[in-house]
Amino acid sequence: MRQSLTAHHAKRDPDAHLVELRIPSSAEWVGVARLAMAGIASRLQFSIEDIEDLKLAVAEACTSYIQGAHERDEICMSAEVAADRITITVDAAGQNADLQRAGTAQSESGVGSLGLFLIRTLMDEVSNEPDPESGMKLVMTKFLRK
Amino acid sequence: MDIKVNVRQLDGQQRDICVLDLNGEIDVYTSPKVKETITELIDQGHYTLVINLENVRYIDSTGLGVLIGGLKRVREHSGTVNLVCTNPQIKKIFDITGLVKIFGIYESEKAACDNL
Repeated sequence: MRQSLTAHHAKRDPDAHLVELRIPSSAEWVGVARLAMAGIASRLQFSIEDIEDLKLAVAEACTSYIQGAHERDEICMSAEVAADRITITVDAAGQNADLQRAGTAQSESGVGSLGLFLIRTLMDEVSNEPDPESGMKLVMTKFLRK
Repeated sequence: MDIKVNVRQLDGQQRDICVLDLNGEIDVYTSPKVKETITELIDQGHYTLVINLENVRYIDSTGLGVLIGGLKRVREHSGTVNLVCTNPQIKKIFDITGLVKIFGIYESEKAACDNL
């Protein structure tokens, strides 16, 4: 039985809304995660630029997992939508993913490190957290600008 | 979510210039198609490229990686790649990654060709 991502959010804001998405870990599904992120972020009053940043950060996180994933793995994205921020958790079910490793590993074009750099630049807070299911998960937050 | 790639060879130029018109989104799914086109052009001996990103709505690190890879390869043959980019969001990605210092980035195809 698949575990809900909610289990990863033991410390979450009780007033926040939680949206979860699970996609196959293959390249053609990253666009779906990106579009979903845009829809979720538009529920808050994020600017178009901030929504684009969120889309890119989510896509980079998914891409990092895909590059180290097996064909039947899944990527889980959850968005905790609070009044003043959105916190996105991305991890990979079914694999012992290590985004830190994926992010620093130099692929043919050095994409891994560039992707992680973009995430760290575009989001306000980024952290890797250990996860008993998937090894490591990426947690990133963007605050609503006043 | 797709990318359309069109290649034009400019006539009447002193140099052999190939223009790649990209239309759509460049991500982990679509970037192999862009990479394939650039690789084919370089394999055919075209080392002076203008890549038109005016109609690109989105680019991620895999797309940037393809452009960087292309630039590295043409430079081995003393060639170059100039970009046409007018989308502020795309420009921002080049800015924050420092790639504005690596690529010539211009507002129009004419400017990109004139500065090769």
